[in-house]
Amino acid sequence: MDKNKPTVAVYKFSSCDGCQLSLLNMEDELLSLADAVDIAFFIEASRATKPGPYDIALVEGSVTTSHEIERIKEIRQDAKFLIALGTCATAGGVQALRNFADASEYAKTVYAHPEYLNYLPTATPIADHVKVDLELWGCPVNKAEVIEVIVALLNNRKPNLPTYSVCLQCKRRGTICVLVDKGIPCLGPATIAGCGALCPANGRGCYGCFGPFRDANLPALTEALQKAERYPGETMRLYRGISGNAPLFRKAADAILSTGKDTRKETK
Amino acid sequence: MKTIEVPALARVEGEGGLYIGLENGKAVEIRLDIYEPPRFFEGFLHGRFLQEVPDITARICGICPVAYQMSSVFALENALGIKITPQVRMLRRLMYCGEYIESHALHIYMLQAPDLLGKESAFEVAAIAPDVVKNALRLKKIGNAILSAIGGRSVHPVNVCVGGFYQWPDSQPLKKLLPDLEWGLQTSIDCVKWAMTLPYPDLEIDYEFVALHHPDEYGVVEGEVWSSKGRKLSIKDYEKGYIEEHVKRSNALHSHTVDGSTYLVGPLARLNLNHEQLLPAAQKALKDSNLKLPLKNPYKSLIARAIELVQFYEEAIQLVKSYKPEGPAHVELKLKTGEGAGATEAPRGLLYHRYKIDDNGLVTFAKITPPTAQNLPRIEADLFALAPKIIKMPEAEATLTAEHLVRSYDPCISCATHFLKLKVEEKGK
Repeated sequence: MDKNKPTVAVYKFSSCDGCQLSLLNMEDELLSLADAVDIAFFIEASRATKPGPYDIALVEGSVTTSHEIERIKEIRQDAKFLIALGTCATAGGVQALRNFADASEYAKTVYAHPEYLNYLPTATPIADHVKVDLELWGCPVNKAEVIEVIVALLNNRKPNLPTYSVCLQCKRRGTICVLVDKGIPCLGPATIAGCGALCPANGRGCYGCFGPFRDANLPALTEALQKAERYPGETMRLYRGISGNAPLFRKAADAILSTGKDTRKETK
Repeated sequence: MKTIEVPALARVEGEGGLYIGLENGKAVEIRLDIYEPPRFFEGFLHGRFLQEVPDITARICGICPVAYQMSSVFALENALGIKITPQVRMLRRLMYCGEYIESHALHIYMLQAPDLLGKESAFEVAAIAPDVVKNALRLKKIGNAILSAIGGRSVHPVNVCVGGFYQWPDSQPLKKLLPDLEWGLQTSIDCVKWAMTLPYPDLEIDYEFVALHHPDEYGVVEGEVWSSKGRKLSIKDYEKGYIEEHVKRSNALHSHTVDGSTYLVGPLARLNLNHEQLLPAAQKALKDSNLKLPLKNPYKSLIARAIELVQFYEEAIQLVKSYKPEGPAHVELKLKTGEGAGATEAPRGLLYHRYKIDDNGLVTFAKITPPTAQNLPRIEADLFALAPKIIKMPEAEATLTAEHLVRSYDPCISCATHFLKLKVEEKGK
């Protein structure tokens, strides 16, 4: 990477803005960041834009329209190092719940004139469309991890990101296991650390918003979760949540379906 | 035909563009193009368990997730017919204080003020007035700190549930914020004074203002839906006064009143309708500013936000001081079939939710009306009003004036998308 100020571009796809906001929420670091890098394209923060190519592209959101497919290809061509920022960009995000349903039915539910809409039947992660150099998970991303990634890039080193599950963070902060102790279904054993194990610390189960932990023992977890269900289908709901389109969570949900153990009920 | 085109609106949440077509000195076409794709929240809420709803609706907007959580939980509690405890209600208000503080500080200083100071961004403002931006960041950080202390994190907090909170937050981290909150109160009082010195474009619009009103407090979480034209409705009757329609002309689902007129929600509406309920320091800041109410200039929403910043710092101090985690943090739920509406004041304006649930607690119907969807027809109408003035300006200035107007609404395009339709008409038609 360039020794003098690297250029950074920030882009938004289908999303809530929360991950971009994590940049603006770096209240203590924002001005230093603006000194260390050249924020060349970040329209949520500035009218002034500079043309590419850029050293680092941060991409928030998932791909949900044909126009977005074209846009991400152009952005990739303009970027030396492309980071998918947050669970929408890495797994499709909450809007990828349409992937398990008929999106046209959703459109009819929400809009009076669905024929006016332009959308794809699925919401997909950035890596389904272009090469992604680094994925940073989280809904929203943890701003400390964003800083770590940028600092690592500026110093030509590998970012130091967690490779373990939420469980380990619970142990470190001294949170008693909500699943074992209180019988609350918790996706922590199958979720990558990064949030700081916030949900168990707040007396509830993890709902997997940072995405799957690669080495999780999903069949064992599914069994434990199904035993602890407080309402019919809770385990399926956990897998098919914010990160539901992530391959490992999809696999776990599909395994429940294929073994005929789906406890969900039809709505009345 | 002379046109003003802003292909990508900067410093708004979400992405949209603006197009104004002029002919013989008159605006003949105004379009706020939204290229935020639809995400179908009401679609995939169908069939989810009610306790999942606040976690899902938070994802509608990263800037005001608390508003989406709050309108959801009030609506679902109404559907179940349960009452939250006064302690829960107070903590919800404190959480809302945090969201108002972070959202307003962001908008005042980083999104709108650059327009008034002739700069492209807060980074450029920092180069000429570093202290202004440093104070802004600290003001904003304190709001986020309240949210993190209650909800674990400021974006998509995890502690809100139907019935109350999963657990009481520790009081120590909140009490430790008191010196910061006192600083924030003083700094926001100064912010009002500073806001009064900024050069706002002239524009007065005879709006119909709509906001929640509560007799005993500055309306945020409960109350009646009041209009400056005298309409007073309970929250459950909101849809009897305000209707949305998929209008082809504008390619959007527009909200309007039952009388067919546009209306305005947000800080101007709240201040004009509810200034008598402001707390003493906010009252004084308003009085010292010599502002004449009703405030009708959309650009001056910034001043209304600054006064609200005082209000919410002041209220946060009271609520933190009196915070005592006592009694159950949440009411136990008894599932039953039901229907309920909820409305709260998001920083950008009234946010209405309505749900139906079955006896398993599964959502069978969801309706969400965000503030920006209600304001969209008003933004376009304001742009029409502005058009005769801006066509006399050089193009760059005209573009900026129009853009600034849209930004002054603090539109949250991510939230409103599902009410805004992408372009339907063919270009050159």
